[in-house]
Amino acid sequence: MMRSAAMSRRAAGLSLAAVAAAGGLVACSSSSGGSGAPASESQAAAGGNYTIWDPYPQHDKSSEWVKLLETCGTQAGVTVERAAYDTSDLTNKALLAAQQGNAPDVLIVDNPVVSTLAEAGVLTTTEENKLDTSAIAPNLLAAGQSQGRTYGVPIGANTLALYYNKEVLKKSGVDIASVKDWASLTGALEKVKASGKKGITFSAIGTEEGSFQFLPWFWGSGAQLTKLDSPEGVSAVALWTDWLKKGYAPNSVINNTQTTSWQEFAGGEYAFAENGTWQLANAEKVGFDYGIIPIPGKNGGTAPAPTGGEFVGIPVQKDTARYATSQKLVACLTNTGNSLTTTTTLSYVAPTEEVQTKQVAQNPGLKVWVEAVKAAKGRTSDDLGTKYPRISEPMWGAVQAALSGSKSPQEAMTGAQAAAAQ
Amino acid sequence: MNRVTQAPAPAADRPAPAAGGGRRAASRPRSGQWAAWAFLAPVVVYLLVFYAYPLYRNVELSLRHYTVRSFVQGDAPFTGFANYAEVLGDATFGPALWHTAVFTLVSLAFQFTIGLALAMFFLKNFRLSAVLRALFLVPWLLPLIVSSSTWSWMFNSDSGVVNAVLGAFGAEPVHWLTSPDWSLWSVTIANIWIGVPFNLVVLYSGLQAIDPAIHEAAALDGAAGWQRFWKVTFPLLRPVSAVTLLLGLVYTLKVFDIIWIMTRGGPSGSSTTFATWSYRLGFGNLLPAFGPGAAVGNLLIVMALFFGLVYIRVQRKQSLS
Repeated sequence: MMRSAAMSRRAAGLSLAAVAAAGGLVACSSSSGGSGAPASESQAAAGGNYTIWDPYPQHDKSSEWVKLLETCGTQAGVTVERAAYDTSDLTNKALLAAQQGNAPDVLIVDNPVVSTLAEAGVLTTTEENKLDTSAIAPNLLAAGQSQGRTYGVPIGANTLALYYNKEVLKKSGVDIASVKDWASLTGALEKVKASGKKGITFSAIGTEEGSFQFLPWFWGSGAQLTKLDSPEGVSAVALWTDWLKKGYAPNSVINNTQTTSWQEFAGGEYAFAENGTWQLANAEKVGFDYGIIPIPGKNGGTAPAPTGGEFVGIPVQKDTARYATSQKLVACLTNTGNSLTTTTTLSYVAPTEEVQTKQVAQNPGLKVWVEAVKAAKGRTSDDLGTKYPRISEPMWGAVQAALSGSKSPQEAMTGAQAAAAQ
Repeated sequence: MNRVTQAPAPAADRPAPAAGGGRRAASRPRSGQWAAWAFLAPVVVYLLVFYAYPLYRNVELSLRHYTVRSFVQGDAPFTGFANYAEVLGDATFGPALWHTAVFTLVSLAFQFTIGLALAMFFLKNFRLSAVLRALFLVPWLLPLIVSSSTWSWMFNSDSGVVNAVLGAFGAEPVHWLTSPDWSLWSVTIANIWIGVPFNLVVLYSGLQAIDPAIHEAAALDGAAGWQRFWKVTFPLLRPVSAVTLLLGLVYTLKVFDIIWIMTRGGPSGSSTTFATWSYRLGFGNLLPAFGPGAAVGNLLIVMALFFGLVYIRVQRKQSLS
């Protein structure tokens, strides 16, 4: 009986598979028909719905940001449907949506992603969508440019600088005005350590975040991303490695995100922290006096820090007539009047000089950030585009290898260059 | 024995006429059969949509050369096993395979041993044993992101509680998460902690299913302590142990969250397993490499499938004997 039961079960399995095949076909055809029809209907409706995807899930329906989106929709005579995704999700969501032919009308993405999406053919150029970029600072716009074409408008920018704890520096006898280059910064860290406090914290985690934090030092040394193992590039890794070896920076930086690094600084023991514009609101809550200086270059001056912040782009649509309205929506979000609201809400530095001046007038504390943003550089700039991710991954790996002591800075960067050149 | 196994043999010939009966049934009004199919349909559609199709897509992804552009346009050229060759030739492959093996085997060994020890312990019902047992389930109930983040804090080189305790005994701080020599052990320790409750629960119920009369008989025969465990409890628990280990193996092979949250597979790849490598390739970079990512994922599935087949084989042998 055992075996006959097994046989009949197998027969059942076969018929199951047959039904499966039939059922699957039915399911597929009905679902594609189902989703197709309403979409074309809504496109035909007057005014219609326009979808906007952004990476700001922290701003809910009652926020200024969403209100602005709705106002812009009303002005353009359409209903705005907004969806917010986590920033790390958004790239793949956008790629998938483009693959399925239902990309949003307006897409707001992190600036280094723009070149990836542009290469995928997901974004329209400013020639096609008629967006005006004339007022935008060229160093910010560069992150969204590739081979002479521009794929979006920066909505705002942020970057990195050095926060310092005034009390710790005072106790250690460090005058912040003396910190002008790498040597004087290292000297300051030495004094801080000698006084029993902790030196500097940053994030060298093995993700894009680690590369983002390393770049000001890398660029500040005079190195180029096209040659990671240049003597300058190696000197930047050696600077960090040296800090770790001498105990000026904690070993935990290897695993720190920018948030955990900030938490270390907020503890009040650290003299310096490399962090971004977005921590300003938190800085007010730390309970000690803090200051901000731009990250110094190797031989003085301000090191170019990488630009953060999003671009607004208009994804490719089958129905090209939609671009005109999408363009109105984007123009509304980025025009001089609204840019001040947008950038203040999202705590960004504005991408145009005019609005930057207004921001500094409103909040003089932003001056150092405006300066930093002016010196900043897009990661995908210099026409690197989608080559950047292939360079960035070996670079953060090399930084980790050097900091954790598994390779010397020179070995690590030589290996990274070989991997990036592949 | 021989006669017993032969007895059902003639029955095997019977399905033919039985199937004929089925055909006759089909020529009758079909409503019954349609109803049967209708009942089957939801499950089948569900299986197809949520299991068969994704699997098929994953295999297809791994056999084509995808760039972001061809991913969107859907015109990626078929490249056969080029992605697999790329993955196998990658400098990450060897270490990732080794890390996956060490992580899985060490986790399983400790989870099972600790789980079994605890299950034996709780089998002796004592006061508060139910409460204590419930407490042991906590790691299982916590969301992984909570437990991994907590482990990550505890293992922090500078401010973690583990190093503080070590320091109290005069030991040097250990760079749990930031040293290439330790990171794999740290994530393994966290994973063992998370996996113990599962082993405890399954093995505990397995132990309860063993007839106490057998233990009594063994005791009367003079088997004591360890002898009783190795000669009676352990062999009787074998089927349950096999299920526990197999399920544990499949869970552990694919562990991702713990490693990703605690170390991101780092520093410089020292705790990268196949699961985190696959994620890094497909999603962890600004420029996704879908093809190689899917290839690594498929290798992982093949590994789990292999052990699944081994298990079925072993089980069949057991049920035959």
